Amino acid sequence: MLYADSDPLAPRPRDSRATAPVTIKILIAGGFGAGKTTMVASVSEVRPLRTEEELSEPGSRLDHLDGVEAKSTTTVAMDFGRITISDDLVVYLFGTPGQTRFWFMWDELAYGALGAVVLADTRRLADCFGSIDYFERVGMPFVVAVNCFDGARRYPIRTMRAALNLPEEVPLLLCDARQRSSSRDVLVALVEHALTRLRGTGPVTSAR
Amino acid sequence: MESSQENRSPDRDGPIVRPYALTAGRTRPSGSSIDLVASVLAVGDAAEAEPGLEPEHRQVLRLCRTPMSVADLASGIDLPLGVVRVLIADLRDRGLVEVHQPASAPVRDLRILQEVADALRRL
Ligand SMILES: Nc1nc2c(ncn2[C@@H]2O[C@H](COP(=O)(O)OP(=O)(O)OP(=O)(O)O)[C@@H](O)[C@H]2O)c(=O)[nH]1
Ligand SMILES: [Mg+2]
Repeated sequence: MLYADSDPLAPRPRDSRATAPVTIKILIAGGFGAGKTTMVASVSEVRPLRTEEELSEPGSRLDHLDGVEAKSTTTVAMDFGRITISDDLVVYLFGTPGQTRFWFMWDELAYGALGAVVLADTRRLADCFGSIDYFERVGMPFVVAVNCFDGARRYPIRTMRAALNLPEEVPLLLCDARQRSSSRDVLVALVEHALTRLRGTGPVTSAR
Repeated sequence: MESSQENRSPDRDGPIVRPYALTAGRTRPSGSSIDLVASVLAVGDAAEAEPGLEPEHRQVLRLCRTPMSVADLASGIDLPLGVVRVLIADLRDRGLVEVHQPASAPVRDLRILQEVADALRRL
Protein backbone atom coordinates (compact mmCIF):
# COMPACT_ATOMS: atom_id res chain seq x y z
CA MET A 1 0.00 0.00 0.00
CA LEU A 2 2.77 2.39 0.92
CA TYR A 3 4.64 2.04 -2.30
CA ALA A 4 1.59 1.79 -4.53
CA ASP A 5 1.60 5.56 -4.98
CA SER A 6 5.26 5.93 -5.78
CA ASP A 7 5.62 3.01 -8.19
CA PRO A 8 3.00 2.81 -10.94
CA LEU A 9 3.92 -0.80 -11.65
CA ALA A 10 3.84 -1.96 -8.05
CA PRO A 11 1.93 -5.21 -7.76
CA ARG A 12 -1.54 -5.05 -6.38
CA PRO A 13 -1.16 -5.43 -2.62
CA ARG A 14 -2.27 -8.77 -1.37
CA ASP A 15 -5.58 -8.89 0.32
CA SER A 16 -4.86 -8.53 4.03
CA ARG A 17 -6.83 -11.71 4.60
CA ALA A 18 -4.20 -13.50 2.55
CA THR A 19 -1.35 -12.44 4.82
CA ALA A 20 -0.50 -14.80 7.61
CA PRO A 21 -0.22 -13.22 11.05
CA VAL A 22 3.13 -13.01 12.78
CA THR A 23 3.28 -15.94 15.17
CA ILE A 24 5.09 -16.02 18.49
CA LYS A 25 5.63 -19.52 19.82
CA ILE A 26 6.12 -20.03 23.55
CA LEU A 27 6.72 -23.39 25.21
CA ILE A 28 5.38 -24.39 28.61
CA ALA A 29 7.65 -27.04 30.07
CA GLY A 30 8.18 -28.75 33.39
CA GLY A 31 7.97 -32.10 35.03
CA PHE A 32 5.04 -34.44 35.39
CA GLY A 33 2.09 -32.69 37.07
CA ALA A 34 3.91 -29.36 37.38
CA GLY A 35 0.93 -27.38 36.08
CA LYS A 36 1.55 -27.10 32.32
CA THR A 37 -2.02 -27.87 31.26
CA THR A 38 -3.34 -25.61 34.01
CA MET A 39 -1.21 -22.67 32.89
CA VAL A 40 -2.11 -22.98 29.21
CA ALA A 41 -5.79 -23.12 30.16
CA SER A 42 -5.70 -20.18 32.55
CA VAL A 43 -4.03 -17.73 30.20
CA SER A 44 -5.01 -18.68 26.66
CA GLU A 45 -7.80 -19.86 24.47
CA VAL A 46 -7.32 -23.61 24.61
CA ARG A 47 -7.65 -25.61 21.41
CA PRO A 48 -7.97 -29.37 21.24
CA LEU A 49 -4.94 -30.86 19.55
CA ARG A 50 -3.84 -34.45 19.22
CA THR A 51 -0.74 -36.03 17.86
CA GLU A 52 0.23 -39.58 17.04
CA GLU A 53 2.36 -41.74 19.18
CA GLU A 54 3.85 -44.87 17.75
CA LEU A 55 3.57 -47.88 19.97
CA SER A 56 6.56 -49.82 18.85
CA GLU A 57 7.56 -51.92 21.79
CA PRO A 58 10.15 -54.46 20.67
CA GLY A 59 7.78 -57.33 21.30
CA SER A 60 4.99 -55.93 19.21
CA ARG A 61 3.88 -58.52 16.68
CA LEU A 62 2.72 -55.83 14.29
CA ASP A 63 6.27 -54.69 13.79
CA HIS A 64 7.25 -57.95 12.23
CA LEU A 65 4.86 -58.11 9.33
CA ASP A 66 6.93 -58.91 6.31
CA GLY A 67 8.20 -55.69 4.73
CA VAL A 68 5.08 -53.86 5.72
CA GLU A 69 5.33 -50.87 7.96
CA ALA A 70 2.48 -51.55 10.31
CA LYS A 71 3.20 -49.74 13.49
CA SER A 72 0.39 -49.48 15.91
CA THR A 73 -0.37 -45.93 16.77
CA THR A 74 -2.40 -44.13 19.34
CA THR A 75 -3.17 -40.46 19.72
CA VAL A 76 -2.24 -38.28 22.64
CA ALA A 77 -3.57 -34.87 23.59
CA MET A 78 -1.19 -31.93 23.44
CA ASP A 79 -1.46 -28.68 25.38
CA PHE A 80 -2.16 -26.00 22.81
CA GLY A 81 -3.54 -22.52 23.33
CA ARG A 82 -3.74 -19.26 21.44
CA ILE A 83 -3.61 -15.65 22.54
CA THR A 84 -4.82 -13.48 19.68
CA ILE A 85 -3.26 -10.07 20.09
CA SER A 86 -4.50 -8.68 16.78
CA ASP A 87 -5.29 -9.86 13.26
CA ASP A 88 -1.58 -9.66 12.56
CA LEU A 89 -0.12 -11.05 15.75
CA VAL A 90 -0.83 -14.33 17.52
CA VAL A 91 0.88 -16.03 20.45
CA TYR A 92 0.84 -19.82 20.46
CA LEU A 93 1.44 -21.75 23.66
CA PHE A 94 2.53 -25.36 23.44
CA GLY A 95 2.99 -27.59 26.43
CA THR A 96 6.04 -29.81 26.14
CA PRO A 97 5.13 -33.33 27.11
CA GLY A 98 6.83 -34.30 30.33
CA GLN A 99 7.35 -38.00 29.90
CA THR A 100 10.72 -38.97 28.51
CA ARG A 101 9.21 -40.98 25.68
CA PHE A 102 8.11 -37.69 24.13
CA TRP A 103 11.57 -36.16 23.96
CA PHE A 104 11.49 -36.58 20.19
CA MET A 105 8.84 -33.87 20.03
CA TRP A 106 10.87 -31.23 21.78
CA ASP A 107 13.03 -30.21 18.85
CA GLU A 108 9.99 -29.70 16.71
CA LEU A 109 8.21 -27.74 19.42
CA ALA A 110 11.31 -25.65 20.04
CA TYR A 111 11.81 -24.79 16.37
CA GLY A 112 11.50 -21.03 15.99
CA ALA A 113 10.15 -20.58 19.53
CA LEU A 114 10.66 -17.25 21.27
CA GLY A 115 11.22 -18.85 24.63
CA ALA A 116 9.98 -21.17 27.32
CA VAL A 117 8.42 -21.21 30.75
CA VAL A 118 9.77 -23.97 32.97
CA LEU A 119 7.29 -24.83 35.69
CA ALA A 120 8.85 -26.15 38.86
CA ASP A 121 7.16 -27.94 41.73
CA THR A 122 9.11 -27.51 44.98
CA ARG A 123 8.04 -30.96 46.12
CA ARG A 124 9.81 -32.46 43.10
CA LEU A 125 12.29 -29.84 42.03
CA ALA A 126 14.53 -32.26 40.18
CA ASP A 127 11.71 -33.00 37.73
CA CYS A 128 12.41 -29.75 35.91
CA PHE A 129 16.19 -30.18 35.60
CA GLY A 130 15.81 -31.85 32.21
CA SER A 131 13.82 -28.92 30.84
CA ILE A 132 16.33 -26.37 32.11
CA ASP A 133 19.21 -28.37 30.65
CA TYR A 134 17.45 -28.53 27.31
CA PHE A 135 16.77 -24.80 27.01
CA GLU A 136 20.27 -23.90 28.18
CA ARG A 137 21.73 -26.27 25.63
CA VAL A 138 19.76 -24.85 22.69
CA GLY A 139 20.29 -21.26 23.90
CA MET A 140 16.60 -20.47 24.17
CA PRO A 141 15.48 -17.75 26.60
CA PHE A 142 13.50 -19.19 29.49
CA VAL A 143 12.10 -18.26 32.86
CA VAL A 144 11.46 -20.59 35.78
CA ALA A 145 8.08 -20.30 37.46
CA VAL A 146 7.78 -22.03 40.80
CA ASN A 147 4.25 -23.27 41.12
CA CYS A 148 3.00 -22.79 44.67
CA PHE A 149 1.06 -25.95 45.37
CA ASP A 150 -1.15 -26.02 48.43
CA GLY A 151 0.67 -27.43 51.39
CA ALA A 152 4.04 -27.42 49.65
CA ARG A 153 6.88 -25.98 51.66
CA ARG A 154 7.91 -22.43 50.70
CA TYR A 155 11.58 -21.68 50.19
CA PRO A 156 13.30 -18.33 49.67
CA ILE A 157 13.89 -17.51 46.01
CA ARG A 158 17.66 -17.54 46.43
CA THR A 159 17.55 -21.00 47.95
CA MET A 160 15.63 -22.24 44.94
CA ARG A 161 17.94 -20.42 42.54
CA ALA A 162 20.86 -22.18 44.17
CA ALA A 163 19.11 -25.54 44.10
CA LEU A 164 18.40 -25.10 40.40
CA ASN A 165 21.90 -23.81 39.76
CA LEU A 166 20.28 -20.99 37.84
CA PRO A 167 22.33 -18.02 36.61
CA GLU A 168 21.34 -14.63 38.07
CA GLU A 169 20.01 -13.36 34.73
CA VAL A 170 17.42 -16.09 34.34
CA PRO A 171 14.19 -14.81 35.91
CA LEU A 172 12.83 -16.99 38.70
CA LEU A 173 9.37 -16.20 39.98
CA LEU A 174 6.60 -17.67 42.04
CA CYS A 175 3.28 -18.38 40.41
CA ASP A 176 -0.10 -19.97 40.74
CA ALA A 177 -0.80 -21.51 37.38
CA ARG A 178 -4.51 -21.58 38.14
CA GLN A 179 -4.65 -17.78 38.23
CA ARG A 180 -4.83 -16.02 34.90
CA SER A 181 -3.07 -12.93 36.27
CA SER A 182 -0.25 -15.02 37.67
CA SER A 183 0.25 -16.97 34.45
CA ARG A 184 0.11 -13.70 32.54
CA ASP A 185 2.88 -12.24 34.71
CA VAL A 186 5.04 -15.26 33.94
CA LEU A 187 4.55 -14.79 30.19
CA VAL A 188 5.29 -11.08 30.46
CA ALA A 189 8.49 -11.88 32.37
CA LEU A 190 9.51 -14.28 29.60
CA VAL A 191 8.90 -11.82 26.76
CA GLU A 192 10.73 -9.08 28.68
CA HIS A 193 13.60 -11.47 29.27
CA ALA A 194 13.76 -12.30 25.56
CA LEU A 195 13.70 -8.57 24.79
CA THR A 196 16.52 -7.89 27.23
CA ARG A 197 18.64 -10.55 25.59
CA LEU A 198 17.89 -9.22 22.13
CA ARG A 199 18.77 -5.68 23.13
CA GLY A 200 22.12 -7.06 24.06
CA THR A 201 21.97 -5.73 27.57
CA GLY A 202 21.67 -9.24 28.83
CA PRO A 203 24.32 -11.91 28.55
CA VAL A 204 24.76 -13.44 25.16
CA THR A 205 24.17 -17.13 25.44
CA SER A 206 25.51 -18.97 22.47
CA ALA A 207 23.50 -21.72 20.93
CA ARG A 208 25.93 -24.28 22.27
CA MET B 1 -21.25 -19.34 10.07
CA GLU B 2 -21.21 -23.04 9.49
CA SER B 3 -18.83 -24.84 11.71
CA SER B 4 -16.59 -27.62 10.63
CA GLN B 5 -19.22 -29.80 12.20
CA GLU B 6 -21.08 -30.16 8.90
CA ASN B 7 -18.52 -32.36 7.28
CA ARG B 8 -17.65 -34.50 10.18
CA SER B 9 -18.10 -38.11 9.43
CA PRO B 10 -20.71 -39.71 11.63
CA ASP B 11 -18.19 -42.22 12.86
CA ARG B 12 -15.71 -39.68 14.08
CA ASP B 13 -15.92 -40.98 17.59
CA GLY B 14 -15.15 -44.44 16.34
CA PRO B 15 -11.80 -46.15 16.22
CA ILE B 16 -8.74 -44.25 15.12
CA VAL B 17 -8.38 -46.48 12.10
CA ARG B 18 -10.22 -44.15 9.80
CA PRO B 19 -7.68 -41.32 9.63
CA TYR B 20 -5.04 -43.81 8.66
CA ALA B 21 -7.19 -45.32 5.97
CA LEU B 22 -7.60 -41.77 4.78
CA THR B 23 -3.89 -41.25 4.47
CA ALA B 24 -3.39 -44.67 2.91
CA GLY B 25 -1.26 -45.84 5.78
CA ARG B 26 1.21 -43.00 5.44
CA THR B 27 2.32 -41.47 8.67
CA ARG B 28 4.81 -39.02 7.20
CA PRO B 29 3.89 -36.33 4.72
CA SER B 30 5.69 -36.28 1.39
CA GLY B 31 8.00 -33.41 0.53
CA SER B 32 9.60 -31.12 3.02
CA SER B 33 8.36 -31.33 6.57
CA ILE B 34 5.51 -29.10 7.58
CA ASP B 35 6.03 -27.17 10.78
CA LEU B 36 3.45 -26.97 13.53
CA VAL B 37 2.96 -23.25 12.97
CA ALA B 38 3.53 -23.22 9.21
CA SER B 39 0.82 -21.22 7.54
CA VAL B 40 -1.36 -22.90 4.93
CA LEU B 41 -3.30 -20.98 2.30
CA ALA B 42 -5.63 -22.37 -0.36
CA VAL B 43 -4.61 -21.42 -3.89
CA GLY B 44 -7.43 -20.18 -6.10
CA ASP B 45 -11.13 -20.48 -5.48
CA ALA B 46 -11.84 -23.54 -7.59
CA ALA B 47 -9.67 -25.84 -5.51
CA GLU B 48 -12.55 -27.32 -3.57
CA ALA B 49 -14.18 -28.44 -6.83
CA GLU B 50 -11.14 -30.59 -7.67
CA PRO B 51 -12.06 -34.19 -8.33
CA GLY B 52 -10.61 -37.03 -6.35
CA LEU B 53 -10.36 -35.30 -2.99
CA GLU B 54 -11.51 -36.80 0.27
CA PRO B 55 -13.98 -34.79 2.35
CA GLU B 56 -11.16 -34.11 4.81
CA HIS B 57 -9.05 -32.55 2.04
CA ARG B 58 -11.97 -30.26 1.29
CA GLN B 59 -12.29 -29.38 4.96
CA VAL B 60 -8.66 -28.32 4.98
CA LEU B 61 -9.20 -26.25 1.85
CA ARG B 62 -12.25 -24.59 3.30
CA LEU B 63 -10.46 -23.69 6.53
CA CYS B 64 -7.44 -22.23 4.82
CA ARG B 65 -9.18 -19.80 2.49
CA THR B 66 -7.45 -17.37 4.78
CA PRO B 67 -4.02 -18.40 6.09
CA MET B 68 -4.22 -20.87 8.92
CA SER B 69 -1.51 -22.56 10.93
CA VAL B 70 -1.10 -26.33 10.84
CA ALA B 71 -1.92 -26.57 14.56
CA ASP B 72 -5.10 -24.52 14.13
CA LEU B 73 -6.09 -26.67 11.15
CA ALA B 74 -5.61 -29.91 13.05
CA SER B 75 -7.54 -28.49 15.95
CA GLY B 76 -10.28 -27.15 13.69
CA ILE B 77 -10.96 -30.43 11.91
CA ASP B 78 -10.22 -32.53 14.96
CA LEU B 79 -7.77 -34.90 13.35
CA PRO B 80 -4.35 -35.78 14.74
CA LEU B 81 -1.45 -33.62 13.59
CA GLY B 82 0.25 -36.33 11.56
CA VAL B 83 -2.88 -37.02 9.54
CA VAL B 84 -3.41 -33.32 8.87
CA ARG B 85 0.18 -32.98 7.72
CA VAL B 86 -0.33 -35.77 5.22
CA LEU B 87 -3.51 -34.11 3.93
CA ILE B 88 -1.70 -30.78 3.56
CA ALA B 89 1.18 -32.45 1.74
CA ASP B 90 -1.29 -34.09 -0.67
CA LEU B 91 -2.87 -30.72 -1.39
CA ARG B 92 0.52 -29.08 -1.79
CA ASP B 93 1.61 -31.78 -4.25
CA ARG B 94 -1.46 -30.96 -6.34
CA GLY B 95 -0.79 -27.24 -6.17
CA LEU B 96 -3.95 -26.56 -4.24
CA VAL B 97 -2.34 -24.99 -1.18
CA GLU B 98 0.73 -22.91 -0.43
CA VAL B 99 2.65 -23.75 2.72
CA HIS B 100 4.71 -21.02 4.30
CA GLN B 101 7.20 -22.35 6.81
CA PRO B 102 7.91 -20.15 9.81
CA ALA B 103 11.36 -18.67 10.27
CA SER B 104 13.74 -20.95 12.13
CA ALA B 105 14.68 -18.03 14.35
CA PRO B 106 12.05 -16.35 16.48
CA VAL B 107 10.87 -12.83 15.79
CA ARG B 108 13.74 -10.45 16.55
CA ASP B 109 11.83 -7.26 15.86
CA LEU B 110 11.97 -5.37 19.14
CA ARG B 111 8.88 -3.36 18.26
CA ILE B 112 6.80 -6.48 17.75
CA LEU B 113 8.06 -8.09 20.94
CA GLN B 114 7.33 -4.93 22.90
CA GLU B 115 3.83 -5.01 21.45
CA VAL B 116 3.48 -8.62 22.61
CA ALA B 117 4.66 -7.77 26.12
CA ASP B 118 2.27 -4.81 26.33
CA ALA B 119 -0.65 -6.86 25.04
CA LEU B 120 0.06 -9.68 27.50
CA ARG B 121 0.19 -7.19 30.34
CA ARG B 122 -3.35 -6.12 29.47
CA LEU B 123 -4.70 -9.67 29.62
N1 LIG C 1 -2.34 -25.41 44.36
C1 LIG C 1 -2.04 -25.40 43.07
N2 LIG C 1 -2.40 -26.46 42.29
C2 LIG C 1 -2.08 -26.43 41.00
C3 LIG C 1 -1.38 -25.35 40.42
N3 LIG C 1 -1.17 -25.62 39.11
C4 LIG C 1 -1.73 -26.82 38.88
N4 LIG C 1 -2.29 -27.32 39.99
C5 LIG C 1 -2.97 -28.61 40.11
O1 LIG C 1 -2.01 -29.63 39.94
C6 LIG C 1 -2.51 -30.70 39.19
C7 LIG C 1 -1.63 -30.99 37.97
O2 LIG C 1 -1.68 -29.88 37.10
P1 LIG C 1 -1.60 -30.05 35.53
O3 LIG C 1 -1.82 -28.71 34.93
O4 LIG C 1 -2.46 -31.15 35.05
O5 LIG C 1 -0.08 -30.48 35.36
P2 LIG C 1 0.66 -30.92 34.02
O6 LIG C 1 2.02 -30.35 34.08
O7 LIG C 1 -0.16 -30.59 32.83
O8 LIG C 1 0.73 -32.50 34.24
P3 LIG C 1 1.10 -33.63 33.16
O9 LIG C 1 0.54 -33.20 31.83
O10 LIG C 1 0.45 -34.86 33.69
O11 LIG C 1 2.58 -33.72 33.17
C8 LIG C 1 -3.93 -30.32 38.82
O12 LIG C 1 -4.78 -30.93 39.73
C9 LIG C 1 -3.96 -28.83 39.02
O13 LIG C 1 -5.24 -28.35 39.38
C10 LIG C 1 -1.01 -24.26 41.27
O14 LIG C 1 -0.40 -23.27 40.84
N5 LIG C 1 -1.37 -24.34 42.57
MG1 LIG D 1 -0.85 -31.86 31.29
